[in-house]
Amino acid sequence: MELVPFIIKSIIILVIFGLTLLIAMYSTYGERKVAGFIQDRLGPDRAGPWGLLQPLADAGKMFFKEDFIPAQANKWLFIAGPCVAMLTALMASAVIPFGDTIIYDGVEVAVQAVEANVGILYIFGIVSLGVYGLMIGGWASNNKFSLLGAIRAASQNISYEVAMGMSIVAIIMISESLSIGDIVAQQHGGNWNIWYQPLGFIIFLTCAFAECNRTPFDLPECETELVGGYHTEYSSMKLGFYLFAEYINMFVSSAVISALYFGGYNYPGMDWVAGALTDAFGTVAGHNVATLIGTAVFFGKSLFGVFFYMWVRWTLPRFRYDQLMNLGWKALIPLAMFNIVVTGLAVIFIEPALTAMLK
Amino acid sequence: MVVFSRSPIHSVLYAIMTFFCLSGHYFLLNAQFLAVVNIIVYAGAIMVLFLFVIMFLNMKEDQKDLMPNLTKIAAAIVAGTLFVILFGAYRKSQVGMYDPRSYNSQTGMVESLGQILFRDYLLPFELASILFLIAMVGAVMLGKRELGERHF
Amino acid sequence: MNTNYLPSGFLPIVVQFVLALGFIVVTMIVTHNIGPSRKGKVKDDPFECGIEVVGDARTPISVKYFLVAILFVLFDVEVIFMYPWAVNFKKLGMFGFVEMVLFMSLLLAGFYYIIRKGVLKWEE
Repeated sequence: MELVPFIIKSIIILVIFGLTLLIAMYSTYGERKVAGFIQDRLGPDRAGPWGLLQPLADAGKMFFKEDFIPAQANKWLFIAGPCVAMLTALMASAVIPFGDTIIYDGVEVAVQAVEANVGILYIFGIVSLGVYGLMIGGWASNNKFSLLGAIRAASQNISYEVAMGMSIVAIIMISESLSIGDIVAQQHGGNWNIWYQPLGFIIFLTCAFAECNRTPFDLPECETELVGGYHTEYSSMKLGFYLFAEYINMFVSSAVISALYFGGYNYPGMDWVAGALTDAFGTVAGHNVATLIGTAVFFGKSLFGVFFYMWVRWTLPRFRYDQLMNLGWKALIPLAMFNIVVTGLAVIFIEPALTAMLK
Repeated sequence: MVVFSRSPIHSVLYAIMTFFCLSGHYFLLNAQFLAVVNIIVYAGAIMVLFLFVIMFLNMKEDQKDLMPNLTKIAAAIVAGTLFVILFGAYRKSQVGMYDPRSYNSQTGMVESLGQILFRDYLLPFELASILFLIAMVGAVMLGKRELGERHF
Repeated sequence: MNTNYLPSGFLPIVVQFVLALGFIVVTMIVTHNIGPSRKGKVKDDPFECGIEVVGDARTPISVKYFLVAILFVLFDVEVIFMYPWAVNFKKLGMFGFVEMVLFMSLLLAGFYYIIRKGVLKWEE
């Protein structure tokens, strides 16, 4: 790779990295505000105007807490657990296309860290590694609650991964590419995948909730049964890492959902906006500004996804474990297979008929 | 590192790292699909199973150094023989040459892989599904036998 | 659309990895050194709601969890088989579709067997 695109990509990565951390930080604030709103309370309002400095105060508190390692725990694995959880959470955003291309000095660079041929599988792989963080952490603390939490987390994550993979297959059948960049580029304008894949979207959304260990699937850490689940023994920034990783996962999974089903940076009327901007600012600057608007739209969609996570959390109660497993294996997997078959039939029989009719 | 670690958990974790290195090699060979699938299946699925089994089975700390010397010697002989055989096979084999002009760097991409897998190697593919069926039945049979002995 | 992929395209992942790792290591070191540290025998015990700790936490668990893990490995590999098929779906056409329906029906037969055998029954 030449130097100029590489430097641009590095800057993009840096910006996205910072933004991800910032969003994860403010998701904690947002969650409490949303919870307050839904439960008719105020939420945090002391630190700064409207409590806006609350996340900073929380981070400071986390840092100054005692970094506690139980005597019977396996020391290195105890430290490695949250690190792995955080690392997988941070790595997942590498293949998500946050916007169209940026032109700088005659070079066109996509607003995406890596344009991989196998982008969606990369995310799938990283997600499947996320389970290690929980398992290692839960096992290393040598606590019964943690262990139960870790087992639950592991079997829940692996159960829902299958259905998730199958729901993605239907998307790939339509777009004929594994690269998220291509999948997003094909949903130009308002031609989003959700119109073609409503069932697949619901399956994917459910699985995303389960993979992030969010309510109604937060059995690995449910307070009422397991104290804190796999992070019972953790304190200080190690606990912070687990919580932080959860919020980053939320943001990344909403970003993936909006890229796969809601057209990513595409929005209706984008061609008109891009045309108007190129007329106003010239080709290069106009293109770049249009890309920035697309990126803003993408972030808007992702943030709405994060809000949706919170909304569901304060609306639905938690599942029981057998219900969770039944839903994953007996409902979602057959549904996902059915979805694949229906999509296949539609692509083979209905699509040519429709194209012939429209001609 | 996989072999020398005292604790089986550490061994599993080092094995995962090894799989990552392997994936890195696949990436360098431009076989992206293979690389990612290697991570998903080996590091993401099979090693999770291993970790599961090792973490949650009865694993007492004092059972580690009970291997008799005979076992060690036998293991060394078997491993040494295997190494000699592999080395011999390696010396006999010739690396296939490729023509730089007709070489297609996109061979490892998922599109061409799918074309070949579902056209030319169709029968093995369907046989693989039967293999899965057998594996499922086998797992259930073996698992069923222990049921009722201990749970919580 | 890009159709030519090279290994060097993955260089930015290294940048991201270094960034993530650096962030994690620095945070860990800072938080380890910055906080107070007081040790005590009772405090270092695992937390069990104030009750005395009995036995080791690492006990054997139900075989069902292992079965779920084994089934996951199998299903995961099958899903992996579907990806190259899905990418080439329109090119393979009806032929490929019948092929995959056969594959999935065998998979469903195994699935049916599992459910009949009650492996996934968690209620009892």
